[in-house]
Amino acid sequence: MAKQLTIFVENRAGRLKTITDNLRKSNIDIRAFTIQDRGDYGLLKLIVDKPNDAYLALANLGCACALKDILAISVPDQPGNFHRLTSALAEHNVNVIDAYGFVLQPHNTGVCCMEVDQPQLMKAQEIVAEAGFTVLQDEELYSL
Amino acid sequence: MIWKEDIECMDSTGLKALQSDYLKKLIPYIYHNCPVYRQKLDAAGVNPDRIKSIDDIKRLPFTTKEDMRDHYPYGLFSAPQDRINEIHVSSGTTGNPTLVGYTKDDLKLWGDVMARVLCCAGAEPGDTIQIAYGYGLFTGGLGFHYGALEMGLRIIPTSAGQTARQLKIMQDFQPRILGCTPSYALYMAEEAKEMGIDPTQGHWKIGVFGAEPWSESMRREIEAAWNMLATDVYGLSEIIGPGVAQECRHKDGLHVFSDVFFPEIIDPQTDEEAPEGQDGELVITTLTKQGIPLIRYRTRDIVSARYEKCRCGRTSPRISKIKGRTDDMIVVRGINVFPSQIEHVLVGIEGTQPQYQIVVDRKAHHLDEVEVLVEVEQRFFSDEIRHLNDLRERIRKEIQNVLSVGVKVTLVEPKTIERSVGKAKRIVDKRTL
Repeated sequence: MAKQLTIFVENRAGRLKTITDNLRKSNIDIRAFTIQDRGDYGLLKLIVDKPNDAYLALANLGCACALKDILAISVPDQPGNFHRLTSALAEHNVNVIDAYGFVLQPHNTGVCCMEVDQPQLMKAQEIVAEAGFTVLQDEELYSL
Repeated sequence: MIWKEDIECMDSTGLKALQSDYLKKLIPYIYHNCPVYRQKLDAAGVNPDRIKSIDDIKRLPFTTKEDMRDHYPYGLFSAPQDRINEIHVSSGTTGNPTLVGYTKDDLKLWGDVMARVLCCAGAEPGDTIQIAYGYGLFTGGLGFHYGALEMGLRIIPTSAGQTARQLKIMQDFQPRILGCTPSYALYMAEEAKEMGIDPTQGHWKIGVFGAEPWSESMRREIEAAWNMLATDVYGLSEIIGPGVAQECRHKDGLHVFSDVFFPEIIDPQTDEEAPEGQDGELVITTLTKQGIPLIRYRTRDIVSARYEKCRCGRTSPRISKIKGRTDDMIVVRGINVFPSQIEHVLVGIEGTQPQYQIVVDRKAHHLDEVEVLVEVEQRFFSDEIRHLNDLRERIRKEIQNVLSVGVKVTLVEPKTIERSVGKAKRIVDKRTL
């Protein structure tokens, strides 16, 4: 299953740079990122090519960070597909905590990264697969 | 006017005889009524019957805040609880609160010293006083109340807060005397301007301000804003509450009512008497209290003292404004705050030593704000916003419950709180007092 690296970042100048600087030094390639802003702090969420290495690099620095299993779902880039996905999850009463997406241009494929409540994760994976989507395993995701 | 002129202006020989007389009675009284003190006095080799003069006080052991906490609730009382008429409780440093109790005579003493305070500030019989110190477990409100009752002033017991109403009452009843914390006096001036009231035309002519440290520049600010005389009152609940010392109109030191609250200035490092005029820790013995009399109580307040007669005629020693603390206590909106209280809360939440810092600031509106920075260590860290918010809210509520002061909790990255030689700096006080 795909791994997301979540990092606690204070909302002030230069904090992101410290993190990106360390990822660069560890030769980590960032596939996707998003930031949730909460006023005085935010959470930086990353999809990277070597999640364990990235985690260790940051944890050794003393960063508050965590690796988490998420759903990375391949969604063809056409109208209505995201709706199909959310409908399938809603039908089975699966709550989405956070989600973000990116589109891979050459393939016209969208990737939707979804956090759901951990106990529902396996169930969500089955629901998504039944609805006809491909859930990307970590190697598939990182080698995109 | 001087409330107890015979005592407040007594020559040094007479004063010393009075103090000696009190101490000779006090020590046997405590020794025979308080087992905790008896043990302390025995351990120090003090024979209570050999106390002959106030000079013997130097042979007596100190009493500390920790003693009060360790013997909570009644261990340091010398009077039985059925003789206690009133109790006040303040939050303690780490768990146990500090309890003080007054017998009927202690309450009379409180009224007497507070009447001296109000007279010393310049109140005259027939004056009206607005008491905007909090009434309740905090000693400020009731202490002023008893003093004003004793003096026969007309009392408006507004208690703290509800500023618009405070200002309306000032306009409607024209009290000449105001009692509140100095920061609240400034805050009310700002609010008055907002409401279209010109504070320089206000009715308060004399302010008796205390319960928190303040500076000469703050005094000038208050005096200019309200066109009033701003005086400083000193006290602490362990000794009596407000009523230990007060400035007269010359504003040249606070007169200690030393016939009943005997002051010593000591070097906190050596515990020896500090040279006259030097800064040191103020130590007070309550010479006449019955409920919970304290011997050589370490106030942790740093002051200096002078002993010459004042232009006002009072002969009592005068202490400076508080210049600092020997511990890490800070006063926020008149409430004593110890970092250990906050630490206690955080340990309770996560079970291990947390990294935190307390930032106190006084912004444009003159009220203190407390921000508690807590490092989000790996063990605190949840990768979901809602859990982090819950954590922050829980910390905020629990700290607020313990301190009775509103705080803002900010989560910060690990290792961002300033440390010197491995020890985090717990308090950043940005207030310019």
